[in-house]
Amino acid sequence: MKYLNNPARFAVLLGQMWEGLSVTLSLFSLTLFFSLPLGLIIALCRMSRFRALRLPSQFFILVMRGTPLILQVFTIYFFLPMVFGSVFDRLTAVTIAFSINYAAYFAEIYRGGMEAMPGGQREAAHVLGFTRAQAFMRVILPQVVKRVVLPVSNEVITLVKDTALVTAVGMVELYRVARNAASTVGTLEPLFIAGAFYLALNSLVSFLFNRFNRYFSYYQG
Amino acid sequence: MLLAEKLYKSFAANGVLRGVSLAVNKGEAVAVIGPSGSGKSTLLRCLINLETIDKGKIEVGGETLVDMDVGGYAPREQVRRIILKMGFVFQNFNLFPHFTALKNVTEAQQRVLHRSRAQAEERALDELEKVGLREKAGEYPYMLSGGQQQRIAIARALAMDPEMLLFDEPTSALDPLLTQDVLKVIRRLAEEDRTMLVVTHEMDFAREVADRVVFMSDGVAAAQGSPADIFALPEVRAFSAR
Ligand SMILES: Nc1ncnc2c1ncn2[C@@H]1O[C@H](COP(=O)(O)OP(=O)(O)O)[C@@H](O)[C@H]1O
Ligand SMILES: [Mg+2]
Repeated sequence: MKYLNNPARFAVLLGQMWEGLSVTLSLFSLTLFFSLPLGLIIALCRMSRFRALRLPSQFFILVMRGTPLILQVFTIYFFLPMVFGSVFDRLTAVTIAFSINYAAYFAEIYRGGMEAMPGGQREAAHVLGFTRAQAFMRVILPQVVKRVVLPVSNEVITLVKDTALVTAVGMVELYRVARNAASTVGTLEPLFIAGAFYLALNSLVSFLFNRFNRYFSYYQG
Repeated sequence: MLLAEKLYKSFAANGVLRGVSLAVNKGEAVAVIGPSGSGKSTLLRCLINLETIDKGKIEVGGETLVDMDVGGYAPREQVRRIILKMGFVFQNFNLFPHFTALKNVTEAQQRVLHRSRAQAEERALDELEKVGLREKAGEYPYMLSGGQQQRIAIARALAMDPEMLLFDEPTSALDPLLTQDVLKVIRRLAEEDRTMLVVTHEMDFAREVADRVVFMSDGVAAAQGSPADIFALPEVRAFSAR
């Protein structure tokens, strides 16, 4: 007990953790902001009639899901500057890596949701004169959203925990703060406190997705 | 009203339509019967462009949807306009589960025909009334029986003011009790002299309601004529007795 019985030290730690948490939250929300819609675009490419869209997106998904996220983070972080010649700040580089990685997972979830749609829905839209775009926006997409809420929530919960990976490229976020504090003073307490933060965050995520899921229970099928 | 000439359609090497020709005149109710697998659904799906044909010609209300000898299919927008002349009723209804009965009937009116919401709802309630389901307007499809769902699907098709209606075995997914409710609606439409093409397994219904019966077999219209003539044919009797 080196923090919990020392209020002054504990207050300092909490202050640092709060800052770490804000970095974690930035990465988390930026990743969702970019990857959720990007995943839809990739899913549509993956399901396209055109090979020129289908094959690259298939390859992209294979690589993103088939290699460790941390490797992708390193790759983006060290290679982006080489390619573009300029220095990216850490959050930008890491956000790019996380966003494209998560977009690949979301794409597969969306694709699963769309392929599980009975063909009759598209056909009914067609015979009623809907354009393809109208059929997608008004008939297919709303039903796909209901189908993917649960698998998407699983990924979002994983994302909360994956943010700790960026410690590897020197980003100071929640986990890094806790680890530093733990090693300076030689105690595990900060790590457990960080664990409580992650747990609280995921409780909130679960709560929100449950609400969302309940919202869609007004219909079945 | 509808003209199909020598339609051919294959799935891979499987020739499903092999030169079927068919005409439906204005105000006429035509029943299509025939063994399962003879290509009845495929024929209807080709007529409304859910499948594309390999050879032949389809005209709807004097406009050419497709003529494989002359230029193939009409441009996409024109195709869309032509198929709007037809209302289609599926075997398994294909209502939109995330919409109420009312919205199932209003959605295409608003999005496709650009009717105002008030107009569309008034029309929808009117059509729902005619199929006896006005009081179900606020319910979702999963709350309704198959027969009710199918009647809503009919109302949805009618609200688009089609010049003719295509039915693909509208009662095959229903148990006998509910079948009658749906057949009653279709019978009424025939009495209103709607132009209709009805694929059906209900032989009595075809006999009573159709002005003309087409017997399909192996991808061709093997025989067509008055119900009395068609049901007198030995091959039709052999089929319909089963
Ligand atoms: N999308 C499809 N792909 C491959 N074969 C099909 C397809 N649709 C229908 N068929 C085949 O075409 C034949 C005729 O089917 P269908 O038109 O449904 O007959 P019916 O409605 O008279 O029972 C069947 O042998 C069926 O297997
Ligand atoms: Mg059929």
